[in-house]
Amino acid sequence: MIKFDHVTKLYRPGVGLDDVNVNIDKGEFVFLVGPSGAGKSTFIKLMLKDLDPDTGDIIVGDYHVNKLSNRMVPKYRRKIGTVFQDFKLLPKKTAYENVAFAMEVLHKPGSLIRKQVPQILSLVGISDKADKYPHELAGGEQQRVAIARALVNNPQVLIADEPTGNLDPATAWGIMDLLDQINMRGTTVLMVTHAKDIVNRMDKRIIAIDRGRVIHDSKQAYEGPMGGDEE
Amino acid sequence: MISSLFYNIKQAFVQIFRNRGMSAASIFSILAMLLILGLVFIIVVNINLFTEIVKQDYDQVEVFIVDGTSEQQVQEVKAQIEAQPGVTSVEYRSQEDALKIMKERWGESGYLLDSLGDNPLPASLMISVESLDDAGSVASFAGKFDIIEDVQYYKDTVDKLTRITHFLQIAGMIIMAFLVIVSVVVVSNTIKLTVMARADEIHIMKYVGANNWFIRGPFMVEGIIIGLIASLIAGGAIALIYKQIVAAVGDQVFAIVSSPLISVQYMTVNLLIIFVALGCSIGAWGSIVSMRRYLKA
Ligand SMILES: Nc1ncnc2c1ncn2[C@@H]1O[C@H](COP(=O)(O)OP(=O)(O)OP(=O)(O)O)[C@@H](O)[C@H]1O
Ligand SMILES: [Mg+2]
Repeated sequence: MIKFDHVTKLYRPGVGLDDVNVNIDKGEFVFLVGPSGAGKSTFIKLMLKDLDPDTGDIIVGDYHVNKLSNRMVPKYRRKIGTVFQDFKLLPKKTAYENVAFAMEVLHKPGSLIRKQVPQILSLVGISDKADKYPHELAGGEQQRVAIARALVNNPQVLIADEPTGNLDPATAWGIMDLLDQINMRGTTVLMVTHAKDIVNRMDKRIIAIDRGRVIHDSKQAYEGPMGGDEE
Repeated sequence: MISSLFYNIKQAFVQIFRNRGMSAASIFSILAMLLILGLVFIIVVNINLFTEIVKQDYDQVEVFIVDGTSEQQVQEVKAQIEAQPGVTSVEYRSQEDALKIMKERWGESGYLLDSLGDNPLPASLMISVESLDDAGSVASFAGKFDIIEDVQYYKDTVDKLTRITHFLQIAGMIIMAFLVIVSVVVVSNTIKLTVMARADEIHIMKYVGANNWFIRGPFMVEGIIIGLIASLIAGGAIALIYKQIVAAVGDQVFAIVSSPLISVQYMTVNLLIIFVALGCSIGAWGSIVSMRRYLKA
């Protein structure tokens, strides 16, 4: 599903990603951890083709990402849902409109939008907040809207770059339950995080990166450096 | 789709007004460029028209005959000139003919010539040549006869006009290219303000997989509206300016070179089309430039 084959992307020597090999199967749930500056966001950006690798190959689903022409990039991105630490909701749109927006920009028919948006809002558990604007929602609720938006076009992969980074622990666990649930419905989930307790309690595959290199890749608890807020 | 187009147009006006300082600078810079283009265009087009008229009507060399030359001498010279290669016909023009032609050309002011006592105009031979290129050799041949006091032809004039036109075209193009680039930069900086204000929206659209042209849409609308405003102002201004020019010097120009200026209406319509096309392109181009960084992948 996701394959990094000897991928190197160095901003300068020792900074970025250095000869990374990763294989993630369809339907897996994977944590990507490591100290600040390790190269986690670089990994995500390479997957989203925000960046191109210096060398190596990146394959996601049917797409050979590093060989993708610019014209094909939008089509490829539709297969990937993305969630960020800062939610990135549009402040002047309601929860419903924020999710519908993701379908509108792909010219999905109105009937499909009216059917699918409520379904996905109910899946993430905020049907009752559909008409609220982001500033009227709690952080966890905003992140649920963002997840709904990432999922509404049925991506094969959900990428989350520190989705709980701005949330208190209790709320964070709610989001983790949601991501787990989404994963059980068949979506591959790749989550970047600094939250050691979440990683070690979830019993999922853990890939740890340090200074651009993969230093740990298993379901075993990871005890190395993670940086960030250690709870 | 239609409603979203209206929505985008409305949003574009909101943004243009919100950043009105920058918007005004953009409009002004496009306007200045279009006005310079318009003036160059007016001059070039009129010179071209004049050149064409001169070429058609004056594929001729006129040689003036010394006063008191006998009819027989004239006929001899005429015959020799007719035998020259490139000469299609030679017509004798008496002093009286010359005066009549001049009166016609002067039109309403023709009566002024009535006050002349003796006819001061010389008789001449009008030599028609196949093309103006033959005029030079025919003129120098005719000039050698003793009975010819002066030779006049228009090749020099036409060549000079063509050179001036070329020079103006090239100078105009260089100035234009420079101004186009300046305008694009100014416009792109204006739109960059909108782009920054909507950076989140662009990011989301990008990550959701919207097409680049879809993402550019609203910003291009803004650029095109800026270009459109500038081009309409420029079109109005150039129409007024040209009307003044025609009113002020049109008649004199006609009297001197017997060629009219291009009509105000024709000029305005054509310039307006050019202005709108160019103004909108610059606006659109500026908006593409302003988003390059956001959409490179
Ligand atoms: N565009 C860039 N140009 C140069 N250096 C960069 C660039 N982007 C990131 N870096 C550097 O590359 C290293 C890895 O960055 P990256 O964002 O991948 O780290 P990260 O693992 O996501 O860290 P964090 O946990 O703080 O988010 C950092 O040292 C960063 O400063
Ligand atoms: Mg990061």
